Amino acid sequence: MQWETVIGLEIHTQLATKSKIFSGAATAYGAEPNTQACAVDLGLPGVLPVLNEEVVRMAVKFGFAIDAEVADVSVFARKNYFYPDSPKGYQISQMDHPIVGIGHMDIEVDGITKRIGVTRAHLEEDAGKSLHEDFHGLTGIDLNRAGTPLLEIVSEPDMRSAKEAIAYMRKIHELVQYLEISDGNMQEGSFRCDANVSIRPKGQEEYGTRTELKNINSFKFVEKAINIEVERQIEIIENGGKITQETRLYDADKNETRSMRSKEEANDYRYFPDPDLLPVIISDELRTQVRADLPELPQIKRQRFIAEYQLDAETAGILSSTKQLAHYFEALVKSSGCDAKTCSNWVTGDLLGVLNKQSLDIAQSPISYERLAGLLQRIADNTISGKIAKQVFEAMLNSEDDADAIIESQGLKQITDSGAIEAIIDKIIADNPAQVEQYLNGKDKVFGFFVGQTMKASQGKANPGEVNKILQGKLKR
Amino acid sequence: MHTKTLAQIAQGLRAGDYSSQELTESYLARIKQHQDLNSFITVTEHQAIAAAKQADAMLAAGDAPFLTGVPMAHKDIFCTLGVKTSCGSKMLDNFISPYNATVVEKFNAAGAVSLGKLNMDEFAMGSSNETSFYGTVKNPWATHCVPGGSSGGSAAAVAARLIPGATGTDTGGSIRQPAALCGITGLKPTYGRVSRYGMIAYASSLDQGGPMAQTAEDTALMLQVMAGFDSQDSTSVDCAVPDYSADLNNSLTGLKIGLPKEFFDEALNSEMAASIDTAINEYRKMGAEIVEVSMPNLKLAIPSYYVIAPAECSANLSRLDGVRYGYRCENPTDLNDLYIRSRGEAFGTEVKRRILVGTYALSEGYYDAYYIKAQKIRRLISDDFKQALEQVDVIMGPVSPTPAFGIGEKTDDPIEMYLADIYTIAINLAGLPAMSVPAGFIDNKPVGLQIIGNYFDEAKLLNVAHQYQQVTDWHQQTPKGFE
Repeated sequence: MQWETVIGLEIHTQLATKSKIFSGAATAYGAEPNTQACAVDLGLPGVLPVLNEEVVRMAVKFGFAIDAEVADVSVFARKNYFYPDSPKGYQISQMDHPIVGIGHMDIEVDGITKRIGVTRAHLEEDAGKSLHEDFHGLTGIDLNRAGTPLLEIVSEPDMRSAKEAIAYMRKIHELVQYLEISDGNMQEGSFRCDANVSIRPKGQEEYGTRTELKNINSFKFVEKAINIEVERQIEIIENGGKITQETRLYDADKNETRSMRSKEEANDYRYFPDPDLLPVIISDELRTQVRADLPELPQIKRQRFIAEYQLDAETAGILSSTKQLAHYFEALVKSSGCDAKTCSNWVTGDLLGVLNKQSLDIAQSPISYERLAGLLQRIADNTISGKIAKQVFEAMLNSEDDADAIIESQGLKQITDSGAIEAIIDKIIADNPAQVEQYLNGKDKVFGFFVGQTMKASQGKANPGEVNKILQGKLKR
Repeated sequence: MHTKTLAQIAQGLRAGDYSSQELTESYLARIKQHQDLNSFITVTEHQAIAAAKQADAMLAAGDAPFLTGVPMAHKDIFCTLGVKTSCGSKMLDNFISPYNATVVEKFNAAGAVSLGKLNMDEFAMGSSNETSFYGTVKNPWATHCVPGGSSGGSAAAVAARLIPGATGTDTGGSIRQPAALCGITGLKPTYGRVSRYGMIAYASSLDQGGPMAQTAEDTALMLQVMAGFDSQDSTSVDCAVPDYSADLNNSLTGLKIGLPKEFFDEALNSEMAASIDTAINEYRKMGAEIVEVSMPNLKLAIPSYYVIAPAECSANLSRLDGVRYGYRCENPTDLNDLYIRSRGEAFGTEVKRRILVGTYALSEGYYDAYYIKAQKIRRLISDDFKQALEQVDVIMGPVSPTPAFGIGEKTDDPIEMYLADIYTIAINLAGLPAMSVPAGFIDNKPVGLQIIGNYFDEAKLLNVAHQYQQVTDWHQQTPKGFE
């Protein structure tokens, strides 16, 4: 039997507002427990929520970016359930009238572009955290995170493999950062994902029974969790069993999923419109403002990079993957005056190589685009060779100096004076009569030996073009 | 001193007839003397005297706000910084609020001196004050009778002249019905007129705070302090607050009064009907025109209220879980045990009943049949009022079908108790302002006349009530033993 995997994702992304969605408390990560929770976040008797309008703006921005219907009127609802880190006994979320309706996101897997439907995106408040360690068998509650704004982005069950799911998740991750509505920090939980997974015989229309995988919070785990869950489901069905609709937790240490609760045990959340909050009206004025603020989106930027800089699709994809990287590249092209190909090679090759190794992002790059532009200009004007440039680049990583200062202080300037090069070559020819003999007898490869010796003797500073020209003249057959 | 109205007291303070400290001490002594009424949950003697001294200093310096030095008290539903705020429940018996409700802040800023916190039905759920964890409040007019509820402590304390004015809240009649049963004046403002911030929520879309005092003039002064937009309450309305005392003396000639025929059907007790008739006649004499109006959906008010209010309360009371504050059971074995026993041991029967009803009404499969349907009825009822108020300036009728009933008389029959609010509940569903004004006695027990106005038309209501109080003296009667 051939099985087809069906995946839908629910992504929770924290919106990067300074204060919480319904209170004035700060949202900064990592503060001492319960120091960023005000009366509203603690759910004291009598307190009331007041909507932070910035979250509405951010959600609308996201809606426009995925080409979605943005609601005229959006309603907050109470989702009722008891849990110690949910201070009101209900979460303020959205049910019938989410702020963002149907939209889509295109992904590319193995060179094929596919459109993934986005069912909806709605606003809600995050819960606090339960701390199970350090309390001698009791549980501590930290409500700093309670009330942090979340945008929950729900996809259609349009993905057919873990690879597609990852591609979609990456795209959303890239987009929310692009729009500057989320920092996308997965370690700090700013970007989290639940996956609905089912399988069906290839060719069958009807969906199989799905399970929901909770809290798979890295790209790696999403892939592993989906794959292991698909294996589990196939095994059950092939052995004549049935899939139970349930919520399952992925255990990364054991690489397995295990049951958390079945559908029967699931809460009836008893959603109803929150009477403390008025319906949110998305005005034309707000729409116009948000549209005007909308940055060039990654997809469009990528197309432009291909057209404007004649980059290949892959390179254009890498360079447009974050707003900062795209800016770095474009600023480099502009300030160096060098051709885009050279610039893109340096950025995607040398620079990203170093950044990846040190786990830095482009904003933390030890070499600014201005300094890198200075280096590329010295290659272009033949002050240094490409090879020496790598040496200068290494030196720049560990110093604040610009390329010129390093070239100067380390004496790396290229020798273009043909008299000086001729003198070196004459000495090499004189010192190596056997090789001269071989070359003159037709062994072309020996030419490279002379080039190498010359470069070595000049400590790499001789202009390679000049060296070639002079050698060819001296070793005429 | 204690028979004076709030307006007279404020004037006397300004004139230097007495100091705020003298007043405060005298009222505190009365509160102590009549503590068997059980109208207070907490008396904040020390804070009150300190505040009174401060008020005296301000009065001496001149330029003090109008209510400076005037004693009053808050229903124990309003959060008060550093003072127990119990909401009439065992659940919050240990809750010392770390903040002030907006209404409390406003009275503090206006210079009023709070003497303490007033008894009430548990979480404002009740019409007799019998659901309070702190025991029943006695009606000063007939101490074997209830004062009404849920603002029963407020009404009894004002009626017994233990304080000249009190705050109350009204979700289905909780200001008007006790005001009627205790023979004082109470005003439920338009929904959104007074901030709900810091007022412990029962049913958020219906709750509204308001003043309770001897006279319409006093309630106007208090509403002046309470009303206004609050950025901390999204449902408070940002519209200008008029001078509520400015129109009190306007003539009522040509005033159109609507009498809904549904208010005066066979269900209304004949003595009550006669009292209301007499009151309406006074208005006729003042030049008002009486018009019959009809509100066909009124009979659906109680059933729809008893879906919407419990639904909202079932969520509003979820925060009382024994985790962060309030009552926690002893030695919980696990999380569920903590929830079940904390809530099971601390909530009273009526509160539990409403949480269960509300939870049921919101459950999957029942939501459309109950909650959605109730909201539709609510709209119909609002439309009925809207149409009636296009024809008339105010609507009048009884507040309560009967005068104060005996303590324990209706506690075994919740439906019977719910019917006590039959004339008040619809007004909350529509969000309209309404008053209760003393309008006579039946068997020496006070009767209230209800005056309902259009949205944000409180000034008109106060004018209509004040003019009635110029030609009647029901509001000046003091119960025996409290003169």
